Amino acid sequence: MERHFERDLNEVKERLLWMGSLAERAVHQAVHSVLDSDEQLAKRVLDEEDAINELQIEIDDRVVQLLALHQLMAMDLRFVLAVSRINNDLERIGDQAVNIAQGAQRILRHPRVKPYVDLPRMSEVAEEMVRDALNAVVRRDVELARKVLASDDKVDHYRDQIFRELLTYMMGDSSVVFPAFELILVAKNLERIGDHATNIAEDVIYLVQGEDVRHPTVDRR
Amino acid sequence: MSVNINPTTVTAGRETAAPATMRMNVNKVNFFYGPKQTLFDITMGIGANKVTALIGPSGCGKSTLLRTFNRMHETVRGARLEGEILLDGKNILSQDVTQLRRRVGMVFQRPNPFPKSIFDNVAYGLRINGSKLPIADAVEKSLRHAALWDEVKDHLHKSAYELSGGQQQRLCIARALAVEPELLLLDEPCSALDPISTAKIEELLVQLKDLCTIAIVTHNMQQAARVSDYTAFLLMGQLVEFSPTPHMFTTPSDPRTEAYITGRFG
Repeated sequence: MERHFERDLNEVKERLLWMGSLAERAVHQAVHSVLDSDEQLAKRVLDEEDAINELQIEIDDRVVQLLALHQLMAMDLRFVLAVSRINNDLERIGDQAVNIAQGAQRILRHPRVKPYVDLPRMSEVAEEMVRDALNAVVRRDVELARKVLASDDKVDHYRDQIFRELLTYMMGDSSVVFPAFELILVAKNLERIGDHATNIAEDVIYLVQGEDVRHPTVDRR
Repeated sequence: MSVNINPTTVTAGRETAAPATMRMNVNKVNFFYGPKQTLFDITMGIGANKVTALIGPSGCGKSTLLRTFNRMHETVRGARLEGEILLDGKNILSQDVTQLRRRVGMVFQRPNPFPKSIFDNVAYGLRINGSKLPIADAVEKSLRHAALWDEVKDHLHKSAYELSGGQQQRLCIARALAVEPELLLLDEPCSALDPISTAKIEELLVQLKDLCTIAIVTHNMQQAARVSDYTAFLLMGQLVEFSPTPHMFTTPSDPRTEAYITGRFG
């Protein structure tokens, strides 16, 4: 028997996925504003930030109503709780994209420190993590979610690599300190985006299997 | 882009503002059983084509209030109503009560089908009031509206008493719908039913508001949360709060409402 609250559940899912597509686009545009030195692209990211934030507020309102008005159980309950958490992670991904775009605007004022090699590779991995995490939400795909979890170490490795390399450049030439430091921050932002994609993947596993895979070292008794 | 969903417009599944049109207006209603006053200065509206729930603890006056909407209180000796109740702008107290009760139907807590066949239960009101359609077509239409047709279409001439409790209640709803009421009153329609029958009737009510306006009394506040667009909370004969249901159950304005819906009452 179809229940009328299923329409409300489907609507909140659609809004969340729309928010995800905006966040994904923001990351892509922000990264390319750095890699392609594109000021217009950076500005677009900043202009589109509000849309993501408005969705966060709207989705939180919908979640509160779903919890108050319908006595959700089992997967429906886990779904709404997962939506609430994923909502926050998507908003933070949007914030990180804005940070990258703002960094791009500052980096543009300086000559390029070096050819970008690891940064595009890192951004590809981070973007793929966000894309796969959102696809895992749509398809309720635990295997895809686990793939996202496994990619987090790769992103962390790139962050460390970029940091070490740029540190060497800064030590060798003080004129590049400012743009190099901004690039380190961009790498840090991308690493945080990877972390948020990981959080979303963990929420998918919780939603589908009811298993909380966060903090594997914690003793659960 | 992996996820490419066009944004849906933000459609409110539930109400967030007062109803645009009122089917019924209750203005300063005071009610007495003999010398004892049981309703105090009730003023509220029943939104057209919406579900309005009346909730509150036992003895708060919710059933009493509901029964004034089609003057059922007049069957009780010593009952007296002051104030006015308007149906589409006209005072129900000055209307013919039989005609009123066709326009404002009622379904009671315990299913009470007539000791007749399923068909004749629904046809009864049609034979008295007249029907625009042939009787058999009108009966089928009502049974379909009550989500009962598929279960009974091959047994229309069986006794209504052979139906389960949930089916009997849906038959009572079909019977009330047959005369095309503008307002349907339900007084704790599910309290005698099992959870699955209750769920079926709740889904039915959500669909029925396209056909008519619905007012329901329920002691199950979660039911009010699930099915209604507007909720009125009564306490000791007073209307404490009346608001869109999402507001009532997320951010009630009155601390007494908060105490009741969080189960801290009493």
